[in-house]
Amino acid sequence: MEAFESIRGAAAPLYLANIDTDTLIPSPLITNASREGYGPKLLAGWRYAADGKAEVADFILNRPAWRDSCILIAGENFGCGSSREMAVWAVRQFGFRCVIAPSFAPIFRQNCLRNGVLPITLAAELVEQLAQNAEASPRDWIVDLRDCSVTDPSGQRHMFEIDGGERDELLLGMDPISVTMKRAAEIREFARADRERRPWIWTAGDAP
Amino acid sequence: MPEKSTPAKRPRTVIQKIWDDHVVTPLTADEDLLFIDRVLMHERTGPQLLEGLRDAGRRPAYKGLVYGVVDHIVDTSPDRSAIDIRGRAAEFIPRLRELTAEAGIPLFDVDDPRQGIAHVISPELGIALPGCTLVCADSHTCTVGGIGALAWGIGSTEGEHAVATQTLVKRRPRLMQVRLTGRLQPGVTAKDMALALIGRYGTDGAAGCAVEFCGEAVTALGIEARMTLCNMAAEFGAFSAVVAPDETTIEWVRGRPFAPQGELFESAVAHWRTFFSDADAHWDVAVRMDVSEVTPQVTWGISPNQAVGIGARVPDPATWDDSRREFGGRALRYMGLQPGQPIAGVPIEAAFIGSCTNSRLSDLRMAAKVLQGRKVAPGVLAIVVPGSMQVRAAAEAEGLDRIFIEAGFEWRASGCSLCVYNGSDSFRGARRVISTTNRNFENRQGPGVQTHLASPATVAASAVQGCISDPRPLLG
Ligand code: SF4
Repeated sequence: MEAFESIRGAAAPLYLANIDTDTLIPSPLITNASREGYGPKLLAGWRYAADGKAEVADFILNRPAWRDSCILIAGENFGCGSSREMAVWAVRQFGFRCVIAPSFAPIFRQNCLRNGVLPITLAAELVEQLAQNAEASPRDWIVDLRDCSVTDPSGQRHMFEIDGGERDELLLGMDPISVTMKRAAEIREFARADRERRPWIWTAGDAP
Repeated sequence: MPEKSTPAKRPRTVIQKIWDDHVVTPLTADEDLLFIDRVLMHERTGPQLLEGLRDAGRRPAYKGLVYGVVDHIVDTSPDRSAIDIRGRAAEFIPRLRELTAEAGIPLFDVDDPRQGIAHVISPELGIALPGCTLVCADSHTCTVGGIGALAWGIGSTEGEHAVATQTLVKRRPRLMQVRLTGRLQPGVTAKDMALALIGRYGTDGAAGCAVEFCGEAVTALGIEARMTLCNMAAEFGAFSAVVAPDETTIEWVRGRPFAPQGELFESAVAHWRTFFSDADAHWDVAVRMDVSEVTPQVTWGISPNQAVGIGARVPDPATWDDSRREFGGRALRYMGLQPGQPIAGVPIEAAFIGSCTNSRLSDLRMAAKVLQGRKVAPGVLAIVVPGSMQVRAAAEAEGLDRIFIEAGFEWRASGCSLCVYNGSDSFRGARRVISTTNRNFENRQGPGVQTHLASPATVAASAVQGCISDPRPLLG
């Protein structure tokens, strides 16, 4: 997994509530079973005209100052709806490394962590304020996971909280499967005992 | 061993009991490595999962506990075949076939008589069992909480973890008890209960929580209705939702093909009976709602909490506080409705009965009861898609298909179909749709489609009347 220590760059304000995963990556644009190629499809319904090609000039991600944003500032319940991980792949492949919002849909948030995208939860009033700041001064935002801070271009720092385990995983870019694999013996032991304790869980494979 | 010689145990909720039953090892104060009894995947998220696994040189840890389904973009025309895969599914289904075969994972394929929506077939076949942990790369996995399983949706990457290790690293969720009291009026269903609940507490009412639905209004429900309730927990922001298994559950699970049989079933039952919330267990949040006054609910907006009773009017967001006003206004504009307009009587162009929320046999029976001897209003496109091929067969065995067809409904094969627009099936130009599904987001069911969520009875009644209608008069 991609490690996250600190990033510096442009922040794009998109302070709308309930942006769902189908808005982030419309279902008809998921045309194959690949993990790549979603960046240009992020928010396609808003970024492009009805023909799906011409850019909507005044949409935030099409405006020159925000084209290469790495921080997204969004409204509450961000990433609600379908669990499709392509939504996070689209966010990441567009170039975002961090999303700041008052709240996230749980599966989307988990998918962020698994893809090296830092989800930061802050109070709604503050997020709204940050979104306004980003509209006025897009450049030179800093997000630092080492001390858990967001610094806006005026130099003002806002601290955020994140679970210690999640922070370590992101800081080190650990692959969670490899970490769990180190416990393979414990898992095998659980399974061995479980076959005696709950045999019915294990017989399903033998069903007709 | 006599009860009293064991030290008094800390009272626990049903969720904690199921959780504790699956802890391989604690990792931190609030995080455990949890054993996952069942992993499911569908053609939309499964291929990426299995491909990721293969590319990393990994194999399933216990392939007998992993299952593949085709539901999301499978063709639902009654004459579909496994060979001739059309449209967008042509990319995904053969890919899932290939990858499941390679990994040795069973797949309920297009031509399998057991094919259906993951959350419908896993309990129907007895793959999901009370007290088990189950994950699927899909947000409505919590549906199977209706049989007392602890089930939740994950992404493809977490799915890889689940398949590679048969475990997940999980933080203990906040625990929420939702006690539903009173008695539902005739013609009012679990779907209406869920919409009323979400309408009252919001789409983040259960944010991050594992919910237990309990109370007399819940135990009175059949298992299928309990699944409808747990299904909508996804729209309530919940991590998962459970109805503790009881006698109704046990009888429902008995005899299902993948469930234990004979003596093994009896020992499983003894274990399942331990899954209930102790009287003084601690809840982080507890709410109660009396359902006696709940009427059939219909959504008017673009979020599932924007629901009103069938006798009510569309609210006026201009009177709301700042934080909600803008979104409310956007909802009305998208839906093309006026504040103060009665919701009943809004003309509809299409009606859809299906999805993991409301596509089981009891749902179809309820709709058929409304449709019996009646016709869909002229100009309304009406479609019914059973949740599984077994539901379809069972409905045909009791003649429900005839009632639907004679009323003017299309009677289709199983899948997610129009619950989610993916570029193939469409409402063929119809814009305003009343639907038994769970999400009314903008464009969810097609570009510009205006979705009103409701129960199967309300959808059937509205199809007959050509406008949003109270089902109760038609239920006689
Ligand atoms: S029926 Fe709809 S909500 Fe259910 S799994 Fe399929 S697409 Fe998702």
